[in-house]
Amino acid sequence: MNIGTYAWLVGKPSGRLGWWGRAAVGALTIAVLWWAARGSQVSFGELSKGLPWIGDFIGRMIPPNWGFLEKLVTPAIETVQIAIWGTLLAIVLAVPVCFFAARNLTPNLVVFQLTRQVFNVTRGINEIILALIFVAAVGLGPFPGVLALAVHGAGMLGKFFSESIEEIDQGPIEALRSTGAAPIQIVIFAVIPQVITAWIAVILYRFETNLRQATVLGMVGAGGIGFELVGSMKLFQYQDTATCILVIIAMVMIADYVSTKLRAWIQKGAR
Amino acid sequence: MIRIRGLTKRYGDFDALKGIDLDLAPGEFLVVLGPSGAGKSTLLRCINRLAEPTQGEVYIDGRLAKPDAASLRALRRQVAMIFQHYNVVPRLSVEKNVLTGRLAAMPQVLSWFQVFPRQDIELARECLRRVELEDKAALRTDTLSGGQKQRVGIARALAQQPKIILADEPVASLVPKTSRTVLNYLKQASRQLGISVVCNLHQIEYAREFGERIVGMSAGAVVFEGGPDQLTDEVLHRIYPGLGDGPPPGSPAPAAPVHGLNQFALEEG
Repeated sequence: MNIGTYAWLVGKPSGRLGWWGRAAVGALTIAVLWWAARGSQVSFGELSKGLPWIGDFIGRMIPPNWGFLEKLVTPAIETVQIAIWGTLLAIVLAVPVCFFAARNLTPNLVVFQLTRQVFNVTRGINEIILALIFVAAVGLGPFPGVLALAVHGAGMLGKFFSESIEEIDQGPIEALRSTGAAPIQIVIFAVIPQVITAWIAVILYRFETNLRQATVLGMVGAGGIGFELVGSMKLFQYQDTATCILVIIAMVMIADYVSTKLRAWIQKGAR
Repeated sequence: MIRIRGLTKRYGDFDALKGIDLDLAPGEFLVVLGPSGAGKSTLLRCINRLAEPTQGEVYIDGRLAKPDAASLRALRRQVAMIFQHYNVVPRLSVEKNVLTGRLAAMPQVLSWFQVFPRQDIELARECLRRVELEDKAALRTDTLSGGQKQRVGIARALAQQPKIILADEPVASLVPKTSRTVLNYLKQASRQLGISVVCNLHQIEYAREFGERIVGMSAGAVVFEGGPDQLTDEVLHRIYPGLGDGPPPGSPAPAAPVHGLNQFALEEG
């Protein structure tokens, strides 16, 4: 289509409906967006009306109360400790099961599907929801946080562990089978050496995620720095809240940086 | 040492092996010659039961293997295998790869924690000496060249102290010069230790050079059995039915440069 000295270079859509098909897809998209906006009450009017309040809120946060830092040291360390044990328990739960969830090692399809679904279910439930359940079960404190991270993390690690097992070279497994080695020996000598660097990279990534999650677990009473964050907001100590947020950002950035560097280093060494 | 009667292997509608009868004498070096797809690999796999035969019997040392896991492991201890793609574990040391040949013979729980009997370590060293790689023992296996990896594969097979070695196209991924070296190591070691060998090859020149007896296979059946001197042109046409009037694949004649080039391209750096 020519527009003056320009030309619009779009071919007629293939298929029987041509442009009518495109128009229908467009109309449907607009309808879905409008419907979702109604439901979620997306309103730019409200946002612009609320802007002064947001400004007021931020104003109350400035300057951050640096004196509060002292009180955050213990909760921040506790957050790291929750992340460490949450990751460790997730590994302990995932490793024995992941071999059964790998297509190439599983003894049969029933076991394969079953273990896969267990991973899917535990991974499907958000950490905060798990933390709520464990707080109800074992009481307030960091331990329910550890359990929540362990259960959710086991699902995620199990899925990644079994997928990396599916990608390995089958040759060494067959070679060890042909020596008469027993199944556990085959796993230790032919499978683990091939997946270990991929596993360590995933574990580091999981630790990073756990640290990020551990900073908010406190909101439901599961320990760590999130507890202080919510506490300070409930007491309208917004300058303390600002300090909490800054500490959380710093922790997440450090974890991200360290885990990225470590993963790159390990993957370089793996070659 | 091996007695095979009426061995048939079917994959779906495809008959990979059509009633094979074959005998292997103790200490014999038998070459199975044939084009790819003739069923050579399937034959070896049915011997150590990496593949389950559809029909027929395979006697190892006069015994029929039972299909339960423990009997299969006991059988496989006696029958070592060498693979075209070496199948060494890349991230283990050369020595540990050879030691994996001993796994079935050592206390299992100790092996999980990387604790090995001293006599097995000594045996692994001796096997590495036989393929002249003792100076590479501590290196990671993925740092070796293709030919060296296959020598590790041979050492691993020797470490099993097997009665039989099955070699499945052991030199198909190697350049000609390396191929001859590797086959020499295999033949020498098995001669000195009195191990029977079934070696699959598709190169006629190596079959002539290394085979004490040659079995020709084509389309899942044995089409020739005899000494290397009986490999006439007429026989070769039976083994390689698609062959025209040109020289057979892998013949030493200079008229087959393309084949040599193909082999060269397969070699890794």
